[in-house]
Amino acid sequence: MIRWHERVERETDRMSRVFNNACPVPAAPATVTLAHGGGGRVMHDLLEKLILPAFQNEPLSARHDGAVLNLDGRRVAFTTDSYVVTPHVFPGGDLGSLAVHGTINDLAMCGARPLALSAALILEEGFPLKALRELIQSMSAAAAAADVPIVTGDTKVVHHGNADGAFINTAGLGIIEHELTLLPSGIRDGDAVIVSGDLGRHGIAVMSAREGLRFETSITSDSAPLWTVVRDLLDAGIELHCLRDLTRGGLASALVEIAEAARLSIRVDEAHIPVLDAVQGACELLGLDPLYVACEGRFIAFLDYVHAARAVDIMRAHPVAEGACVIGAVAAERPGHVVGTTSLGTSRLIDMFSGEQLPRIC
Amino acid sequence: MKYVDEFRAPSEARRLAAALARIVRRPWTLMEICGGQTHAIVRFGIDELLPPQITLVHGPGCPVCVTPVESIDSALHIAQTPGVIFCSFGDMLRVPGSRSDLLHAKARGADVRIVYSPMDALELAARNPTRQVVFFAIGFETTAPANALVVYLAKKQRVRNFSIVSSHVLVPPAIEAILSSPRNRVQGFLAAGHVCAVMGYREYERLARRHRVPFVVTGFEPLDLLQGIYLCVQQLEAGRAEVENQYARAVRRNGNTEAQRVMREVFDIQTRCWRGIGPIAASGLVLNEAYAEFDAERRFGRSSQAATLPTACQSGLVLQGLRKPPECPAFGKACTPEHPLGATMVSSEGACAAYYQYRRTSATSTEAAVS
Repeated sequence: MIRWHERVERETDRMSRVFNNACPVPAAPATVTLAHGGGGRVMHDLLEKLILPAFQNEPLSARHDGAVLNLDGRRVAFTTDSYVVTPHVFPGGDLGSLAVHGTINDLAMCGARPLALSAALILEEGFPLKALRELIQSMSAAAAAADVPIVTGDTKVVHHGNADGAFINTAGLGIIEHELTLLPSGIRDGDAVIVSGDLGRHGIAVMSAREGLRFETSITSDSAPLWTVVRDLLDAGIELHCLRDLTRGGLASALVEIAEAARLSIRVDEAHIPVLDAVQGACELLGLDPLYVACEGRFIAFLDYVHAARAVDIMRAHPVAEGACVIGAVAAERPGHVVGTTSLGTSRLIDMFSGEQLPRIC
Repeated sequence: MKYVDEFRAPSEARRLAAALARIVRRPWTLMEICGGQTHAIVRFGIDELLPPQITLVHGPGCPVCVTPVESIDSALHIAQTPGVIFCSFGDMLRVPGSRSDLLHAKARGADVRIVYSPMDALELAARNPTRQVVFFAIGFETTAPANALVVYLAKKQRVRNFSIVSSHVLVPPAIEAILSSPRNRVQGFLAAGHVCAVMGYREYERLARRHRVPFVVTGFEPLDLLQGIYLCVQQLEAGRAEVENQYARAVRRNGNTEAQRVMREVFDIQTRCWRGIGPIAASGLVLNEAYAEFDAERRFGRSSQAATLPTACQSGLVLQGLRKPPECPAFGKACTPEHPLGATMVSSEGACAAYYQYRRTSATSTEAAVS
């Protein structure tokens, strides 16, 4: 050890240094990269600049989880989502149940009672039929438990190597049976922000099942249908302004998207944001921020603060929302920004992350 | 959560900040050289708690940021070689080389895989005997022992289809370079806690004596950082220039001698180019002759060097602590995490990325933006 230090000393004593500040030009993307699906800013830009401008219409311009259409005086919600997660099976769920819950939840976020789902399967040549049967049964069980039938579907098979085993797309139709319009544009200065439960269980559960990450955890995915919670809030006459379920990109991405869409700012108190110790521990280990880790059975609600306490009580009566609490408030100044108060009382900007959230190295 | 919550206690943080405000008399500039510390300072707003006389600058402590362009170009060249499985930590995928980056190489079909430990890469090699598996071994002294161990095991277990691109850098030579620069404004250092957990802090004693600058080995939680800053300022106010260990729960003066032994077994010290700074003698690790067969650049050949074009990127100045990210004209405009001009904006530990993520607007920062 002494020799090692002496060698360094001798060499550094003979230095001459030149400082220069040249940096190379970065690569401009000409292809789709994984970042485009990450739920962060890169994906947001792809949607806003390349995809959405091609389909200009009123329902789309609302930029919400689903489209609200007028059907002879009745309002229906229409939504679709594709599910490509690997591994297919993880603690607390699988690709099948995820595909059912996710689309039910997008309908719920429009305030729509889910009526029916479609399911389109893209299967890879070589995918074991046993695994397929398990996914199908899982879909069936999830749909039955949520009382939402899968009424139509499609099945395609692609050559080996062209799908990660199986991809599932589900579309959903729901009916709106109240007078509220749940959109970012309905949010007001002074609104309270409620989250339905603790963050990050799904993301950590999936990561723990991924090869190469072998850490022991008791965390299971929070994948669950949320319609009954929303239904009870609506039935109680709570005047909700906006709902958004948390998926890829976590709480932070949802807050930023809504702040930008509503052209308001949101301030949250990190001390009030619920995160399980086990999730926090996994995040510390991997260098992840729980605010950005995916959930699949959580949503945020924006409403007049005078109704917040009652709304939280109603939500907590449901097992999937027993951790509901107020986490922050909406303000008018600095529109589009989300600011977090840290546990130390200092402030930090909460922004969408850029591409994919990659665990830190050292 | 044990070892985390206690070191984030708000009341203790306020107490330390108040104690700091009481002892400071003159303006002081302190530097930390650790991406993890940069990130923590900005994430928890530690700088908001400091008295105005204290200026914190961020040094070249992000291993991703200082990896030279030539290493990225080598990595790309190897990753695009047919049959190669190229393994890397995730952050490296987006760092621009001369023309492209690993993420785009992956998008175009190269078998680039994110791993969380070099052991994963070695296991991949064992499981895929017909493929060449290459690991991108970057980092400071913190990650060097694990990478050394993996090469040592590869030789011992005769895993012939495994190699590494070695681009390790050492912290003390960078500190020497910064302190020797005529433009240096740094008066005290927070030494990186995990680097010192491996190497100990005996190397800093010579630097402290030679340059009359205090060093405090500091951890990563808010209370660690505040206490490290406090001890450093206390020394400066008293005119002392010693090495102190704030992170005593993880760091000993001699460090981890086993880890150092395996590093010495496998690596030699060499001049290394630091991105944005240039060559610093004796600042890099390279596989020695006994392990040269595991050097991927030797096995696959280097890429033909392309000239690097100067751009508006000022990450070199940022890495030396001569400029804060918001002071760069490109910050937040031409240069964002989505369109980074340099590595400091790409890496999640880079100073520019940290500022962009947490400090972009003056609503959250007490420091005035300088244009």
